[in-house]
Order: sequence, then C-alpha cells, then structure tokens
Amino acid sequence: MGIHLLVDFGSTYTKLTAVDLEKEDIIGTSKAMTTVKTNVLDGFNLALEKLKVSCPDMPEITGISACSSAAGGLKMAAIGLVEELTVEAAKRACLGAGALVNLVFSHHLSRKEVKQLKQADIDIILLAGGTDGGNKECIIHNAKKLRDADLGVPIIVAGNKDAADEIEEIFDASNQEYYIVDNVMPKLKMLNVKEAKEVIRQIFITKIIEAKGIKKAEEQTGEIIMPTPEAVLLAAELLAKGYEDEEGFNELMVIDVGGATTDVHTIGEGFPKRSEVILKGLQEPFAKRTVEGDLGMRYSANALLSLVSPYEFKQYYEYDETDIEQSALKRHENVEYLPDTDQERAFDNALARICCDYSMSRHVGHVEVVYTPLGNMYYQTGKDLTDIQYVIGTGGVLINNEDAKEILKEVNHKSNKKLELRPTDPVFLIDRKYILASMGLLGQKYPKLALKLMKKYLV
Amino acid sequence: MKTVVIGVIGADVHAVGNKIIDHVLTEYGFNVVNIGVLSSQEDFINAAIETNAKAILVSSLYGHGEMDCKYLRENCDEAGLGHVKLYVGGNIVVGKQDFKEVEQRFKKMGFDRVYPPGTNIEDAVKDLREDLGE
Repeated sequence: MGIHLLVDFGSTYTKLTAVDLEKEDIIGTSKAMTTVKTNVLDGFNLALEKLKVSCPDMPEITGISACSSAAGGLKMAAIGLVEELTVEAAKRACLGAGALVNLVFSHHLSRKEVKQLKQADIDIILLAGGTDGGNKECIIHNAKKLRDADLGVPIIVAGNKDAADEIEEIFDASNQEYYIVDNVMPKLKMLNVKEAKEVIRQIFITKIIEAKGIKKAEEQTGEIIMPTPEAVLLAAELLAKGYEDEEGFNELMVIDVGGATTDVHTIGEGFPKRSEVILKGLQEPFAKRTVEGDLGMRYSANALLSLVSPYEFKQYYEYDETDIEQSALKRHENVEYLPDTDQERAFDNALARICCDYSMSRHVGHVEVVYTPLGNMYYQTGKDLTDIQYVIGTGGVLINNEDAKEILKEVNHKSNKKLELRPTDPVFLIDRKYILASMGLLGQKYPKLALKLMKKYLV
Repeated sequence: MKTVVIGVIGADVHAVGNKIIDHVLTEYGFNVVNIGVLSSQEDFINAAIETNAKAILVSSLYGHGEMDCKYLRENCDEAGLGHVKLYVGGNIVVGKQDFKEVEQRFKKMGFDRVYPPGTNIEDAVKDLREDLGE
C-alpha cells in the first residue's frame, strides 16, 4: 500500500491529488501550468516536485490514474434526424462521455454544413438517425456525404441498425475510420447511449490523446483513461449511489462553473412527482450532463453578457459605476485574470451567479399547463429536480470563494421562473479541495475510498 | 412489417381506446409506435419521420379534434411526409353532427380515412391493408 496519484491535465493547470491508501486520506494536492505545446511532462514533473516539497514524508507512489481536458478537451459533432429525437440522443451520448458538442446537425447534411465540419476543429463525429427499423435513407445520405468530405476524423455510427450494412460498405470503400455501435435511440423516445459512450472513450484514449500531444504523459502516468468531465460525472454518480455499506447521498447535482463553460451534472431519475403530470420528450439519462458554452467566467464572459441586458445584470451586481462591457472584455482577453478589489470580486460573483441561474434554467425540466375537459394537466419535459437534496459547487470561482454558497442559491426555485423544476431547498456543498475529477478516477479502482473521501472533503 | 404511428391528439387524455387500438393493430402484424395521450401534431410528425411510418392514426374523443387536426396534412407535407396516410377517428367534432358532412370536412383537410364513433378497429385494419399494400 502506498500513494495513489490522481492527475488531471486541465486546459490551464495540471493538477495532482495524492491519496494515501493506507491512511485512507488525501495527503496533498498541487498544480502547475499545463505544458502541451512543449512537453506535457514538464508541467507534470513540476507539479510532482511541488507535491513532494509540500509532503516530504510521502510514501512511495504505487499507482497513477489520469484524465485530461487539455488542448481544448474532447470536441465532437452530433448528427441525427429529428432535432428533438435522434439529434438530442446523439448530443446526450457525447455530453455523457465528457465531450463538448461544438456542432449539431439534423436531417440531410448540406454542402454548407459539411464545409462547417471541415473548418471546425472536431475530434470525433457521432452519426445517428432513425429508430431501429425506421428511417434509414437520411443516415445513409449523411454517411455518403461524410465519406465524400474525407474529414480524417473518426465517425461513430449509432443510428438505425437496418442501415448498418450499407454504411459499412460506404465507409469500407474509402479509408474512413468508423465504428458501428448500438442505436442511440433504438425505439421512439428510448435513449441508449452506453455503447456509444464507451467507444467515444476508447477513441479518446487511443487516438485523441496522441493528437493533442498528451500521449507523452503516459510514459509516466500510465494510460489516460477518460476526459475530465466524464470523471466528474462518474464521481457524482458514485456519490449519489453509494457503494456497498457506504451510503450515498441519493439524488444530487454538481455544478461546475469554469472559465469557458458551465457544466451541470445531475444524478437521478427526475420523474414527475404528481399524477396529473405527463412526461414528454426523449428519455432522460440517469446521470445527465449539460454544458453551456456561452456561460463562463473568463473566455465566455463576453458571450455571457450578450445574454443579459444591463438592467438584468444589475439584479446580480450592486455597484453602479462599473463599465460592465469593459469588465467582461478584460476577463475575456486575459483568462488568467484574478480579481484584486472588492468591486472586481463582486463582478466575478455576479458572473458566477448568472452562470448558475442560466445554466439551471437550461438543465432542469419544465412544465407546461394543458387545459383539458378533465381539469388542468401538465406536460413535463426534462427532469423534475425539485427534490434534489444536495447541490455541489466546483470550479475556480466557487472553491476559493467565501460567498460560494450564496452564489449557488441561484439554482433554487424562483418566483419568476415558476415553470422550471428547480431544486427547492437543497443542502449546498463546496468542492473546496477541487477533488471531484480525481475522485471519479480513484473510484474506478477504489470506489469505497473515493466515496469516503468525497463525503469528508465536500463541505 | 409496416410501421404506423398512433396517438390521441390535443388536450385529450382518453387512454383506453388508444390502448385497444395499439393492441389490435399489433395483433394484426403492424409495428405500432404509440405516442399516447396529450400528443401534439409535432409529436406525431417527429415520430413518423424517425420511425419511417407509413400512416398516422389520430384519435380524439373530447370533441375538439377538428381544431387539433387543422393543418396536420400541410404540416406533414412540409416535413417531407407527403406519402404518409392520415387516418382520424373517434368523437372528432363538437356535438351531434351528420357524419357524412364531418367526413367530407376532414377529407378536405387532407385525411385519407375518417371514422365515426363506434367503429370496429378491424374495419380500419382492412383499409390500412388496402392503402399501404400487404
């Protein structure tokens, strides 16, 4: 028994967490700038040095697990048939595997869309369309378009199984790398993303890591096993479900306010809580992740501002004299910026509150009233999260912020957003040590220990 | 196996007939995609696109069917479902009206088959076989 080291190659920092397997505790953490452009191991070694300095008595490192979101993370395009159905299913498969979904297309791909695919920096394409036995004409058309485009990017085919043979022939005739997996929507509204997610992870481990210059790290860390957001989702799932006799927290939510995106993860069924509510739309994944690319503290500060009017912004921010646009631009242009005055901190807090509030509106389910001869009925689209018991905050702006719990209250039920099924009275916890991704990794080998540590360090 | 989409349109929650239609059509060898009660035109159309359905069978019992079914044909055509047959049945208009007139009205709206209350589902099966071919 010794130290199990967890490594997260982030876009800015390479973060290490050292877990003493015998003492069952985290004995140290450290970080250094990620150095993808030169040699990714430089940053790692620097962080390791720092760790050794801060814990001189550290036992021998006996195991290492690593995840990565460096060099822009895992970027995917999702293609399907109907927007609310197979397109949405494809998107959910990508998000659940820890990817960013940069491009989304429905129905027949046009030349313009193929051009967009060519120009975008995409790592993997997920191609869906049609239920099993359903429409196959569209996915076959799209497969041909993709073959002709010769994008040099792996394609995962997760559509109507009736089209599989024909698509195999289409891609075999060229050098296109492709994988045929189970349909993401085999029956109407039924979501089935397991195999697609697994293959995304496999491609990430074998190909993407290398393309992004992170492969070299494997000389020291062993295989990088997943994208960082997937590690966070797995940590959340473990914490919710529990392991053996170690109880979990049941339904919970993790909100990760980052520099470029705000990620929301919820673990729970989210079924309607009342009999007069009818569930609509595609089946929701038990562990659901959504990513908002226009809600972030730094890189996306500009985009965020375009969502709120100056009047709305003032609802989150008390200073009058600030030039809001300038302050946002400053953050957008200098992503390393750290606030140095109370006013700047308040501005950051306002951004964080907007990230929480808006990402919640998009993540939670909504109800809609239908007036029927039998009285009012309700449609529910998405998950009912009103009974969620724990909301866990993570990400730079929250973990070192004494107002973090105040900021997180933005996720709560609001009188002006009555139709959104937001949490009503959850307990707020903060990932002060920034360990969630690490615990997702640790949970792969030592689930019980990872669970204990999360219960101890999420406060 | 021919795929058909069935469901109850609009703010109508009558689930029993819907279940019976599902059962009988399945017995007769159709691949039934049942989108259930409280379904919008959009739900019918999206389901038909993804499942490559050959016909959409709309049920309605609460009297507002005529309003709910308005422009369904046009919306189907718009969504590339011009070839899909549209059937409607049940208590589809307000009050007691002469069925001949009702049938004419719905046919004008683009429905291929229109059924009065109390129709045997087997009659619709016969029509389906005729319209879709065996």
